[in-house]
Amino acid sequence: MERPDVVVTGLGATTPLGGDIASTWKAVLAGTPGARTMDNDWADKYGIPVNFAATIAVQPSEVLTVPETKRMDPSAQYALVAAREAWADAGAPEVDKTRLGTVVSSGIGGIWTTLNGWDTLRERGARRVLPMTVPMLMPNSATAYISLEFGAQAGAHALVSACASGAEAIGYAVDMIRSGRADIVVAGGTEATIHPLPISAFAASRTLSTRNDDPAGASRPYDIDRDGFVIGEGAAIVVLESASHAAQRGAKVYAKVAGVGLTSDGYHITSPDPEGTGQIRAMSAALQDAGVSAKDVSHVNAHATSTKVGDLIEARSIRAVLGDDADHVALSATKSMTGHLLGGAGALETVFTVLALHDRQAPPTINVANPDPELTLDLVRDTPRALPQTDTAAINNSFGFGGHNVALVVTSA
Amino acid sequence: MALSENEVLAGLTEIIVEETGIDADDVELGKSFTDDLDIDSLSMMTIVAQAEDKFSVTIPDDEVKNLATVGDAVSFITGAQA
Repeated sequence: MERPDVVVTGLGATTPLGGDIASTWKAVLAGTPGARTMDNDWADKYGIPVNFAATIAVQPSEVLTVPETKRMDPSAQYALVAAREAWADAGAPEVDKTRLGTVVSSGIGGIWTTLNGWDTLRERGARRVLPMTVPMLMPNSATAYISLEFGAQAGAHALVSACASGAEAIGYAVDMIRSGRADIVVAGGTEATIHPLPISAFAASRTLSTRNDDPAGASRPYDIDRDGFVIGEGAAIVVLESASHAAQRGAKVYAKVAGVGLTSDGYHITSPDPEGTGQIRAMSAALQDAGVSAKDVSHVNAHATSTKVGDLIEARSIRAVLGDDADHVALSATKSMTGHLLGGAGALETVFTVLALHDRQAPPTINVANPDPELTLDLVRDTPRALPQTDTAAINNSFGFGGHNVALVVTSA
Repeated sequence: MALSENEVLAGLTEIIVEETGIDADDVELGKSFTDDLDIDSLSMMTIVAQAEDKFSVTIPDDEVKNLATVGDAVSFITGAQA
């Protein structure tokens, strides 16, 4: 049996830049920073050295029903909002439910529910703990609710790989379609961790920017003065479909997810392998899987969180994979605007990669006043860059604590 | 001072509306929680917990299964206050 091509037929998101895809993408192309000072007292109350984040632009309570907001952790709420948009965008297809799957991941899961539940238990006792606590805190909550929403019966999965989770979900969804287990898969990632505990913990590990006096300028991948990432929240969802299924129903097609590369470093719990070997293998495998070569690649959406070490290891890995062909590749680091959505990041950046090829525009990277001289790649700064109108390919990289490496190759439809 | 049945109904309605999003006009004494209002057992446990707090009563788990209608709940709470 010939392996089916997998195409993207629907997009959805709720992010720090907007409550849907159109507003988010417009803000990205305009180089809009999503980080802002938080209107709470966490920094003072708990002594947290960071008082800003890329908080979600539109609260899900504005679009979901009361029971939906009561019964879902914010992480699942964001995912449901994005999934409904993506499904509608795909034309709300009439499908065989046994051929419809969901793969929606979170890096951390329902941490608000977990910690609120713990507070309730300590302050008021076991009889006051919400009966919905477990289905709300479990990391597969979002994928489960989305499978209920659409009646998906081909499998509801949630791969957990820290900040690579959203991209790994999409990679797994591609495999589900290629292996013949599904015709359509709703896939992506979500995160809702703008809570004092994870912010304190990331700050303790010295991975967050502490640029409190300039939140909008804090996420600055590849800038020589970068000092860590900005925590973000939100979700992004794609509808993936076998090309023949999409053609049969006359669906519009944004792009093809043509190659998947999934590797692990086996090196360190938080640091990437300094030689980038796992990242290099992931990108190489994705290109090979897609059947494209370095010269076909015109754009890379980098993982680039704006940490001192991580950004350069990735840049060197990209150079190692693409060689001299890297010179004609437009490099974008969209976390400069969105902040780092953790489990949602890889999905949102896949959406950006798809739209970049669809619109033939590579998004800008903001806040790069003084590029790190060790960066030898062609960074798109401040304004979008036109991509070739010919058939072309792009790579989206996502890496996570634990040594997870995901590279997805997207090709123009 | 104990609340009247009407006051308990009004308070219980607030809880049900907040938990389920049901229109307040749909919450009537004769309505069954499961058949008419479509409230499942998990939501029911949450409503019971909130009612206990709001009316300073205890509704034992064994009693919850006897509360088929809104009226049953209002009667129980009104009686338990006294």
